[in-house]
Amino acid sequence: MTASTSSLPAAARAPRSPWRARLTAWRVPLSILALCLLPWLLPSQALAVNVLIYGLLAVGYNLLFGYTGLLSFGHAAFFGAGAYVTGIAIGQFGLPWFAAMLLGVAFGGALAFLVGLLSIRTRGIYFSMVTLALSQLVYYTALQASSWTGGENGLRGFTVSTINVFGWAIDILDPVKKYYVLMVFAAAALWFVSRVLNSPFGAVIEAVRENETRARACGYDVERTKLLSFTLSGVIGALAGTLFALHLAIVPLDILSIHTSGMVVMMTLLGGAGSFFGPFVGALAFLLMEDVVSLWTSHWQIVVGTVFILFVLFLPKGIWGTALAALAGRGGR
Amino acid sequence: MDAELIAMQLFSGIALGAILIMVALGLSIIFGMLGVVNFAHGALFMVGAYAGLWVASRTGSFWWGLLVAPIAIGLFGILIERVLIRPLYGRSVDDPLLLTFGLGYVLVEAVRIVFGSDGIPFQTPPELSGVADLGIGFFPVYRLFVVGVVAIVLVLLWLGLEKTKFGLIVRAGAKDPQIMRVLGVDIAKVWLLVFGLGVGLTALGGVLAAPMRNVNPEMGALVLAEAFVVTVIGGMGSLLGAVVAGLLVGVAISMTALVAPEMATIVMFALMAAVLLVRPQGLFGKKSRA
Repeated sequence: MTASTSSLPAAARAPRSPWRARLTAWRVPLSILALCLLPWLLPSQALAVNVLIYGLLAVGYNLLFGYTGLLSFGHAAFFGAGAYVTGIAIGQFGLPWFAAMLLGVAFGGALAFLVGLLSIRTRGIYFSMVTLALSQLVYYTALQASSWTGGENGLRGFTVSTINVFGWAIDILDPVKKYYVLMVFAAAALWFVSRVLNSPFGAVIEAVRENETRARACGYDVERTKLLSFTLSGVIGALAGTLFALHLAIVPLDILSIHTSGMVVMMTLLGGAGSFFGPFVGALAFLLMEDVVSLWTSHWQIVVGTVFILFVLFLPKGIWGTALAALAGRGGR
Repeated sequence: MDAELIAMQLFSGIALGAILIMVALGLSIIFGMLGVVNFAHGALFMVGAYAGLWVASRTGSFWWGLLVAPIAIGLFGILIERVLIRPLYGRSVDDPLLLTFGLGYVLVEAVRIVFGSDGIPFQTPPELSGVADLGIGFFPVYRLFVVGVVAIVLVLLWLGLEKTKFGLIVRAGAKDPQIMRVLGVDIAKVWLLVFGLGVGLTALGGVLAAPMRNVNPEMGALVLAEAFVVTVIGGMGSLLGAVVAGLLVGVAISMTALVAPEMATIVMFALMAAVLLVRPQGLFGKKSRA
């Protein structure tokens, strides 16, 4: 491998330098280590929990956008579905927390399958429009079904205060304990996503992203690949939603809005789409920016939006992707 | 349920559809020509409504707002194309989409800073208020006016695209920009104007809609989704499709509101899902595009 190939963009598949290969092999333990340290590095526990939840949502989204190359603008639907179903299962049916989470993830996954079935019939730019429209459908359905969802007031009244794990009661009203309980689920999901990316299926979704026609010519069923990627991505999103519900003990209607979908897109792009660490870096950058800017103005969205525009124009590979490319350019020699 | 009520509701559906046509046409023209989906389209609709409101309150006349705001916002659109979108040509089709999404964010927040977060009522101009008796029932004058304005704009647009040299260049450029360049046409200038035209149309939709809807910074989000639904049903890049689908969606919404008000917003998405199942390219779309 010559020096010139090692400066290829980060999107190129196989790691090209020894340290990149090592980074890839250790990506799950490294992520978990970083997540363990997060509450002690950030100014507040609340921020750490948010980075955890939105980071997980962005990781799931990245599977679809970064690796399969499908720009969905409707990911709020699955995030929200996971949160709502968990809350309803606990608050209105009295299910134990674990069953409620399973139900939330299953429902979110089923919804993603249905939305995927419809939107994958369209291609290219249509796809983004259809996913946005269908997520609006979910939003307005939740608004109308207020006897289930609480409508505009949001869903309340399902506080989980202790979690029993094999007879060991954990008080999750304590922020630090809550963080580590939620982190266990996020860590499992990270391992799962890493496993998917390392599998032959992971190679196929990248093939679809790079050249759909060629992937089809090689005999891969592109539609089924996209649908599976869409559903998996929705399942991770729904899991993030269930964690959100457990964390806040309320589900605001806004969780289903276009703002949530857009925020996930921004986080993923800011961090670096198509890289494993990118979405968490992006979630951290986005939420830190929101935290800091809202100290001096309530109009933080104008700053975030401007930063996002600048990233699209000048740093489309995002923070992590750009850093990787820069390091690869040096480290390869 | 009497026939007069149905006729009135049908008519308000057409007026609603007329607004949707303006928004969806702008979206469709820009896409057909530049291959860019403008995700700031809803925000620009909202900015158009605010600009109309501002001009009308300054001059004391709705007519100035109706005339000046679309032109001003159209010029602003030209600036957007030149400064923000042009650097992205030749990159992934997702990039302009992402950029305009961020732009929409910035525009909504900028309007919040200038005009505040609360909605502003927009008075129907006195000369257009009241109802008119058309023999089959009483119809609000303002809605008749909206349908009339949209019809005139549609005719002008059709004449402009089909009968002028500029229209010929636009149509040819949508098919093959490369050949147009070879023939010595400055296609970049055409794209600039087309983007401005598309943005101007949605701003006009915003001004026209202002007296019928509550003007607030969030009003663009639903409009964007509505415009997407119309474009998907009609077929991307098809102007006839945008007109037919706009009317279809408008009438579907208002007729559903008559029977089951809580389903009114949901019905258009169901319509879109049905079209996607039967004809994924849209009613008037061609298979190869997108």
